[in-house]
Amino acid sequence: MRTPGRKVRCRTMHAPAIEAKNLTKQYGESLAVNGISFVIETGSITGLLGGNGAGKTTTIGMIMGLVSPTAGRALVFGADMAREPYRVLHRINFESPYVDLPHRLTVRQNLNVFALLYGVADRRDRIERLARELELREFIDRPAGKLSAGQKTRVALAKALVNDPDLLVLDEPTASLDPDTADWIRGHLERYRERKNATILLASHNMGEVERLCDRVLMMKRGSIVDDGSPQQLLTRYGRQNLEEVFLDVARDRREPMPAKEAAK
Amino acid sequence: MNASALAFSPRRVGAMMLRHWYLLRSSWPRLFELIYWPAVQMFMWGFLQLGVARYPGALAATVSTFLAAFLLWDILFRGQIGYSMSFLEEMWSRNMPNLMISPLRATEFVLALVIMSMVRLSIGLVPVTMLAIVFFGFNLWALGIALAAFFANLLFTSWSVGMFCSGLVLRHGLGAESLAWSLMFFFLPLTCVYYPVSTLPEWIQPLAWALPPTAVFEGMRALLIEHVFRADLMLWALALNLVWLAAGATSFLWLLGAAKRSGSLLQIGE
Repeated sequence: MRTPGRKVRCRTMHAPAIEAKNLTKQYGESLAVNGISFVIETGSITGLLGGNGAGKTTTIGMIMGLVSPTAGRALVFGADMAREPYRVLHRINFESPYVDLPHRLTVRQNLNVFALLYGVADRRDRIERLARELELREFIDRPAGKLSAGQKTRVALAKALVNDPDLLVLDEPTASLDPDTADWIRGHLERYRERKNATILLASHNMGEVERLCDRVLMMKRGSIVDDGSPQQLLTRYGRQNLEEVFLDVARDRREPMPAKEAAK
Repeated sequence: MNASALAFSPRRVGAMMLRHWYLLRSSWPRLFELIYWPAVQMFMWGFLQLGVARYPGALAATVSTFLAAFLLWDILFRGQIGYSMSFLEEMWSRNMPNLMISPLRATEFVLALVIMSMVRLSIGLVPVTMLAIVFFGFNLWALGIALAAFFANLLFTSWSVGMFCSGLVLRHGLGAESLAWSLMFFFLPLTCVYYPVSTLPEWIQPLAWALPPTAVFEGMRALLIEHVFRADLMLWALALNLVWLAAGATSFLWLLGAAKRSGSLLQIGE
């Protein structure tokens, strides 16, 4: 006999990781996100690029259910995040330098609390594994507030990976990190995606990072998606050497993408 | 709200309590603060009682009811502060978005805050009531079953006010934090902590009776002065509290929804 629960599981297993359908957010007179639509397939790393105020954070907020859309829908694994977020929240996690962990709790205590919240089986083993993989052992019993920026980022990433999420949403994961630590974090994210076939949505201002990690880039400007393609496709389309130049072209309205035929040549 | 939003997990409630227990354990100033104010005020009222005990008649008896009134008021105030402080810790540490994108339900979050409010209150008030016995011979625990009724009714009110204040902070950010500290004082004159309801102008008395603590403080005076336990007043307070708790929970959920609509969960701070 088919149960409603089984039906829901089937829907969430075969649905795309993220589907935005005419997603719109208006704050008073200001249109932060203007009816964007896109689908992100499972196992991909997608970059969300755009200048300040382009609507990236609001889009991420709607995808995670922290912001209610004015119109349209954000579906994660088939669940409408404004109506039924709890169906899938255990499969998602998030990291941002603008969000913190309780400072007085040690790294281990913080990870233990979040492992409990996410219902992680074998919490101790999971925390040990994260400590090993993210090199937290040296400071795992130190208060989270007394860590360096690089250590804090690794701890925030450990928290974001504590439930082995199928969807990882990262808002500028390497902001304020030195190049060595940032490179190390990127390497870890690549390995995690390969091991888990996880989907990663990444908002970043670091074009090198996006070029290295992302299979696909969504370029946002004034609340709309103005371009969409792989980093290589975007470079070809704009006739540029790197994504930073593409970003500047889009941000400053300097150049329209070349016609498809010309770009193909 | 769908069924999955109402699914309840004691494990997640335990996780939140553990988080606050870790915090209290690691910070002696936080623990000290829980005892400090109740102790200071208890000594102030206690010495006042000793001072007026030299005078015969009603004055001495009145002041001894003041000490009981103060201790009960402190249950109401500390209950709400205990709730709000645990909530504010999440705001101050910028941890709220982490919790909001976790599987933690609003009901579980509220229940954890309620339990932590009782833990904080117990840490603060149990030693202070013991000191009141040692220094002034005033045994609040001797009120027995009446104390349980007073205690429960005052805590129910404190949680409903705590839920409302937390919702305001979610919606309006830490700029609304001062309400968490001051809103309860709005009730101080109206709930007739230190004087009978009949003292108030007649036109304001119906408003006072609509506040659950008013019945508790009237009940306390009936017990200490007339030696009568007014079960009718406790039932009235309980009935009002059910309405207040429902209103507190509804306002919290509504303000959480409003915070999502306004995007304020992404803008942590003032």
